[in-house]
Amino acid sequence: MALLEVKNLTISFGGLRAVDDFQLTIKKGQLYGLIGPNGAGKTTVFNLLTGVYKPDEGIIRLEDKDITGLKTIEINKAGIARTFQNIRLFKELSVLDNVKVGLHNSYPYHTLEGIFRLPGYYRMEKEMNEKAMELLKVFDLDQEADYLAANLPYGKQRKLEIARALATDPKLLLLDEPAAGMNPNETGELMDTIRFVRKEFDMTVLLIEHDMKLVSGICEELTVLNFGRILTQGKTADVLNDPQVITAYLGE
Amino acid sequence: MNKMNTKLKLSKTAKSNAITYLMVIVVYLIVQILLAGGHVSSLMEGLLVPLCIYVMLAVSLNLTVGILGELSLGHAGFMCVGAFSGAFFSKCVQGAMPDGIRFFLALVLGAVVAGIFGILIGIPVLRLKGDYLAIVTLAFGEIIKNLVNVLYIGRDSDGFHFSMKDSISLHLKEDGEVLINGAQGITGTPHDAGFTVGIILILLSLFIILNLVHSRDGRAIMSIRDNRIAAESVGINITKYKLMAFSISASIAGVAGVLYAHNLSTLTALPKNFGYNMSIMILVFVVLGGIGNIRGSILSAVILTLLPELLRGLSDYRMLIYAVVLIVMMLFNWSPKAIEWKERIKEKYFSGFQKKAVAEASAVKTEKKEVK
Ligand SMILES: Nc1ncnc2c1ncn2[C@@H]1O[C@H](COP(=O)(O)OP(=O)(O)O)[C@@H](O)[C@H]1O
Ligand SMILES: [Mg+2]
Repeated sequence: MALLEVKNLTISFGGLRAVDDFQLTIKKGQLYGLIGPNGAGKTTVFNLLTGVYKPDEGIIRLEDKDITGLKTIEINKAGIARTFQNIRLFKELSVLDNVKVGLHNSYPYHTLEGIFRLPGYYRMEKEMNEKAMELLKVFDLDQEADYLAANLPYGKQRKLEIARALATDPKLLLLDEPAAGMNPNETGELMDTIRFVRKEFDMTVLLIEHDMKLVSGICEELTVLNFGRILTQGKTADVLNDPQVITAYLGE
Repeated sequence: MNKMNTKLKLSKTAKSNAITYLMVIVVYLIVQILLAGGHVSSLMEGLLVPLCIYVMLAVSLNLTVGILGELSLGHAGFMCVGAFSGAFFSKCVQGAMPDGIRFFLALVLGAVVAGIFGILIGIPVLRLKGDYLAIVTLAFGEIIKNLVNVLYIGRDSDGFHFSMKDSISLHLKEDGEVLINGAQGITGTPHDAGFTVGIILILLSLFIILNLVHSRDGRAIMSIRDNRIAAESVGINITKYKLMAFSISASIAGVAGVLYAHNLSTLTALPKNFGYNMSIMILVFVVLGGIGNIRGSILSAVILTLLPELLRGLSDYRMLIYAVVLIVMMLFNWSPKAIEWKERIKEKYFSGFQKKAVAEASAVKTEKKEVK
């Protein structure tokens, strides 16, 4: 069964068709890549999938449930979490608290339990701390748990965004250029981490990336976008050898 | 291992909160000792309750400005709403119940009414994505002040009478009494306010704000401040938490208003006490004390209220010194060099803690290699 099914997704900004008749099917457990030149509409697809924009046309289904047009927070509750191309952390919060905001809906104690420090507060906060530290360990961020997020180096900020997204316990994880600004070493580590996350959390991942080493290294299938339209779709090796793709995108 | 680490973190915020409470209590005790020894001038004594009121206003506004990250220019409006509802209640039921209970209920009523106004303003405005709150709260403060000035309410054996014109149009019988008399406001509110009550209310406000900030909902509020789009993406209900912070902030201002009303024999709504200058002054306390820094709000409210009085003898230089202090405080709190310096002091102070944290964290790390 398909985890995510997208049909005829279309959105225009003024006269510009940023995404035009987009189709996508992702099976559970897949590592799927979305590639294409700058301005092709990749981030816009993420924004449509997560309810930041409402599509002009098309249907989005998650596990056969129609989530088209839902609000961002409802879509997150339905099971889609994401990271951002331009890192969006809670900069004035600690690294630990960034992840704990991601755990917010899974540990619902009442406002008054928090203000009056009732037993529920201590129990849930303790569980949240443990869960958050577990996630931080996966991303090698546990030593920096008490740092302000803004004080993390760039590569670690990208990792923290992934940890925060995972904290919402999603079914589908969307990563928008997770390796941007990383050196080859960090990119290699990131590839390991993404593989590890898929295995340990039984996660399905859709990622946007320009780093071809990462894309060919971990993605099983690819979709290539160009000017908002699908250029080609299929197994990674086939797509990357497609002459159309090479001329439109890789052929420099 | 990570249990210890998290405990460490909890104790750190608990320690910082304890310092804040302790600071308030120590000041209270010192003032009590000075009062008992007769070392406080009557002028200073008269300032004690207003000081408590300003502190409450400053810390509550900091919840909106510093924790939620929204600009409010009508905090005095919420104080006004609280003051008039509390004083009105006290006038109505005076004598019908013990004074302590009446004052307590007046405080609760002030909090509730101001909170409701906060929600009524917040529902339409906080849903918008721009900085509309500043302009709407500014208007709210002025409108409330002017409305109260044309509000007449009286009571006689037939019940309550209400007018927006003058007290004659209330058509009260001979046994009637004007409770709210337009621009003359409310007179004869019982004098229940005192320094001790003020300090208790400050501690209560601090308890609510600090515990809220360091809990699940406080994190949600701050995440909206730091990045609304990211907060939405992890399922935070933006409107709910904005409203929560804003209405709690308004409620505490309302309580400060009730305290204010019960400290004066006559309550009137003037530009001086409930106008936008008052709102701006509270905002100045918050900004100079450090946005988001609750303890800083307390300190700056106290310093900036006392200073003009302490300098009264130096009449000519009074405002000059005041201005210099404003500038120095701003530099101290906001210049990068000063922030760096404070960080260094903090690091020195907490270095023992940090070493322990790092040692524990690396122990956690070795554990992890086996998991992988
Ligand atoms: N909110 C918006 N308003 C107007 N144009 C937009 C908006 N969002 C994206 N676009 C346009 O849509 C196109 C695709 O952008 P984007 O999805 O960010 O590309 P990329 O593939 O590099 O992620 C670009 O031309 C961009 O300018
Ligand atoms: Mg993009």
